[in-house]
Amino acid sequence: MTLTTSRRGFLASAAAAAAVLYVGVRPNGALAAGSAPAQLNPFVKIGADGTVTAIVKHFEKGQGPATGLTTLIAEELGVSMEDIRYEFAPSDAARYANLAFGQMQGTGGSTAMANSFMQYRQAGAAAREMLIKAAAEAWGADAAELTLEDGILKGAGQEAPLAEFVAAAAQMEAPPEPRLKDPSEFRLIGNPQVKRKDSLPKTNGTAMFAMDLHLPDQMVAVIIRSPRMGGLASGFDDAGAKEIKGYIRAAVLPNQAGVAVYAEDTWAAFQARDAITVDWDFSNAEHRSSDQIREELLAAVNAEPEYNVTGADHAATTEQIEGAAKVVEQTFYFPLLAHAPMEPLTCTIEADADGGVTLHDGCQFPSGPHMAMAQIFQLPMDKVRINTMFAGGSFGRRATPTADYQVEAALAFALTDRSRPVKLVWSREDDITGGYYRPAVAHRVRVGLDAEGNITGWDHRIAAQSILKGTAFESMMVHGGVDHSSVEGAADTPYRIPGQFTGLSDVAKATPVLWWRSVGHTHTAYVMEVMLDEAARAAGRDPVAFRLALLEGGGADQQRLAGVLKLAADKGGWGSAPEGRSQGIAVHKSFGSYVAEVVEISGNADDGVKIEKVTCAVDCGIAVNPDVIKAQMEGGIGYGLGHAMRNEITLTEGVVDQFNFPDYEPLRIGDIGAIEVHIVPSAEMPTGVGEPGTPPAAPALANAIAANGPRVTELPMILNGVSFV
Amino acid sequence: MSTTLRINGKSHQVDLPDDVPLLWVLRDEVGLTGTKFGCGVAACGACTVHIDGEAVRSCQVALSDVWGEVTTVEGLGTPDAMAAIQQAWVEHQVAQCGYCQSGQIMQAASLLAENPAPSDAEIDEAMQGNLCRCGTYPRIRAAIHAAAQKMQEA
Repeated sequence: MTLTTSRRGFLASAAAAAAVLYVGVRPNGALAAGSAPAQLNPFVKIGADGTVTAIVKHFEKGQGPATGLTTLIAEELGVSMEDIRYEFAPSDAARYANLAFGQMQGTGGSTAMANSFMQYRQAGAAAREMLIKAAAEAWGADAAELTLEDGILKGAGQEAPLAEFVAAAAQMEAPPEPRLKDPSEFRLIGNPQVKRKDSLPKTNGTAMFAMDLHLPDQMVAVIIRSPRMGGLASGFDDAGAKEIKGYIRAAVLPNQAGVAVYAEDTWAAFQARDAITVDWDFSNAEHRSSDQIREELLAAVNAEPEYNVTGADHAATTEQIEGAAKVVEQTFYFPLLAHAPMEPLTCTIEADADGGVTLHDGCQFPSGPHMAMAQIFQLPMDKVRINTMFAGGSFGRRATPTADYQVEAALAFALTDRSRPVKLVWSREDDITGGYYRPAVAHRVRVGLDAEGNITGWDHRIAAQSILKGTAFESMMVHGGVDHSSVEGAADTPYRIPGQFTGLSDVAKATPVLWWRSVGHTHTAYVMEVMLDEAARAAGRDPVAFRLALLEGGGADQQRLAGVLKLAADKGGWGSAPEGRSQGIAVHKSFGSYVAEVVEISGNADDGVKIEKVTCAVDCGIAVNPDVIKAQMEGGIGYGLGHAMRNEITLTEGVVDQFNFPDYEPLRIGDIGAIEVHIVPSAEMPTGVGEPGTPPAAPALANAIAANGPRVTELPMILNGVSFV
Repeated sequence: MSTTLRINGKSHQVDLPDDVPLLWVLRDEVGLTGTKFGCGVAACGACTVHIDGEAVRSCQVALSDVWGEVTTVEGLGTPDAMAAIQQAWVEHQVAQCGYCQSGQIMQAASLLAENPAPSDAEIDEAMQGNLCRCGTYPRIRAAIHAAAQKMQEA
C-alpha cells in the first residue's frame, strides 16, 4: 500500500517536474495525451516554459512539410508561427506511418499534407482544449468563456501565457473529439504571408544537411560500383591508394556490388578511389545499349499489349478507329532520366552505447532502411534509430524500395570494427551513373475522329519497365499484372474519351528504375496532352475548347480539371499572344490535384526557342501554405521543362554514357522567364503539390513549339529537332 | 604542410596537402559546411565563395593557390544581422531544399558588388553557372532586384 501510494506520488511529482505535454494519437488512431512520448505518438510537444514543438513525420526536401504540418498545429492550438518550433519524428512506423502507405513511414506521392491534415489539426485542437480546461480549473471559470490565441489564455477577467498550465494539462486525458476550427476562423491556414520555417537556416548557411554532418572520429567511405549495372566485384588492387595521405583501407562489399574505400576525409576518399582498380565479373550485368532498349520498347507498342488495363473492348476500339473519317497517330519515346538532387546521396552510421546503431540521413522513407539495418546488424527494431536531417532535394531518388544507399552505408559500416562512425558519400558521378532512373517508356496512340471532329476511338498502348514489381509496394500498386504507375494519368484520365482503350506491356531490364517527380505522369501527361492537341488540330478546333468539350457534363473531377484549364487560359492570355510569340497549353490531374499551364515562347525550333512565360493554375483543395504551393508549382514546372528540353541517360553496352552536369545539363536560370501561379479557392481536402506542377509543363512546351514548328514525340527536345536560346 | 588561411576575418592554420581543394578544406577541416559540394567540376556553383571579394568555385581552387581573404556564406552576415542579399532571399522565400542557396547567394553578392542595378539579362548571365534543381530561378531574380533596390536606398 505504502509502495503504491509513494509510487503514485513519485509519478505525479516527476510529471510536474518534467511538465511536458505531449498530444498525438495512439496506434488505433484515437487522440491521446500524456507527459511522456512513450505512451503515444506525439505530433505536438509543449515544454514547461511554454515552448511548442511540432513533431513532423515527413522529411523536408524543400517541398514544405516542416512549414505545413507546423502550420496545422499552430492554427488549431492558437500560437503564432514565430512561437512554434518543429523537429523531425523518429523512425517508428507504428507511430508515424504515412496513412496513404499502410504501415510504413515515409514521404512520397505528394501525400505529406493530405495524410496529415486531420491528424495534426486534431492534435493541436486537443492540446488547446486541455490547456483551456486547465486554465478554467485554475481560475474557477467556465472553459467556454476562455480563448487561446497567440499563446495567451484569456477570459473571465484573467490572462496568462499557456506555459502556466502545461503541468496541469499534462495530467489530463485528451478530449476524444476536440472542436476543429471552421475554415472561416483560420488565421494561418491559407494565409499567403506565412513564411517557411526553414528559410533562415537555408539562407545563412547553418542548415544541417546529411552531407554536413561531421561526427567525432568519423571515417568517410566511398564506393566503387560496377561500371555496368549488375556487375560483381571479385577483387581489387589498392597499391596506388596507399600513397595517398588519409587513405585507410578498402574492402569488397559482402554483396559484391562494389568496393568500399575508407579514408580520413572526403577528398582523400575520392583520391584513393581513383587510384584503386577493381576486378569485375560482368557475366550477369547489363550489356545492352539504350538504342536496343528503345527498339524493344517501340516493338512492344506495335504488338498486341500484354495487359488490357481497363478491360475495354480493344476490337471495338479498333473498329471505331478504322471506320473514322480521320485518324491521328503518333509514336512516342521517353528516355531514362536521373533525378540528380543538388545534394549527392550521403548518410552516416554510428554505433550506440546500448549496442544499437543510428543512421543520420535526409531520410525519405525511414521504414525501408530501418528494416534493412535491423537485418544487416541482426538488431531488434527498437535498437535501430534514424535521425532525419534536411535533404538537399530528392525528386524520388531518396526513396528506393531497396534502401540502396543506406544499405551500402550499413554494409560498409558492418565491415569495420564499428568503433568509428562511417559517413558514406556519393559524388555527382556516382549519382548520374548510379541507376534508379525514371524508366524509358514508349507509347503509341491512334485516335479516330468523325466528320464533325469528334473522337470515335482512342487506342493507347504503353510499354515500360515496371517500377513496382518485385518491391514492397507491389501488393499495393500492382493489380492483375498492371503496374498502376506505368499507366496512371492515361488509363484513369478524367477526360470522357469515347472508345478509350489502354494497353500495357512490361519490358523488363537490368537497369534499376524508380519513381521520379510525378512518376507515370511524367510521360502519360505528355502523350495525352500532345495527342489532344493533335486531335484538336485535325478537327480544326481550338485546343482549349476541344478539351472542355471532353469534360462537359462530368462530375467534380471533370469540373475541377475544366476549372484550372479555363483559369490558366484566362490568366495566360490564351489566344492573344503578343507578336512573335506562340502558346501551348496542357492540363493534367495527378496526386489528387488539378494543374493547367500555358507556356509562351518566342522564336522557333530552327532558330532557337526561348521560354518567355509560364502561367499556371492549380486546384489542390484547401491551400494550407499558398506561398509554398506557388513555389512547388514554379519548381515542378522548371523540373518538367528542363528535362524535356535537354536530358537523357543513355547506355553503351551497359555502361552509362553521362557522368556529371556538363553532360546531364539541367535547367539554368537563363532558360526560363517569369512563372505566374494562380490557386483556385477550394474547401476540398488538401491534395498534393510537390509533383503535380511537373506533368503539364513539357506537353505545354511541346504544344507551343508545334504551333509554328515540329511536333516533338521523342525526348529530349534538343536531340529531336528543337534548339533553344 | 601547414598553410595559414584568412577565412571570414579569422586566421586558420591547416595542415593538409597543397592540392586539396579549398571546398574540402572549408568543409572537412575548418568545419564551415555552409559551402556545399554539388559536382566537383565547377558546373553547379554550390561551392561558390569569395576570395578577395571575387566569386570563385572553391572546388577548383587548390589550397596552395588561395590568393587572398576567403569569405563564405557564414561570413557574409550573421543570423542577427544578415546581409541585404540574404534578407531579400528570406523576404522572397527563395530556398526550397536550400542546398544550392549558399552558392547562389555568394554569386549574387558578387554580382551586386560589381553591378548595383542589374537587369534580368545581366542577372541571368551572372547566375548562369549556379544550378538549382528545385527551380527557384524566378525567385532568385526577384530577390536580386529587391536587394539591389534596398542597397541603393541605403
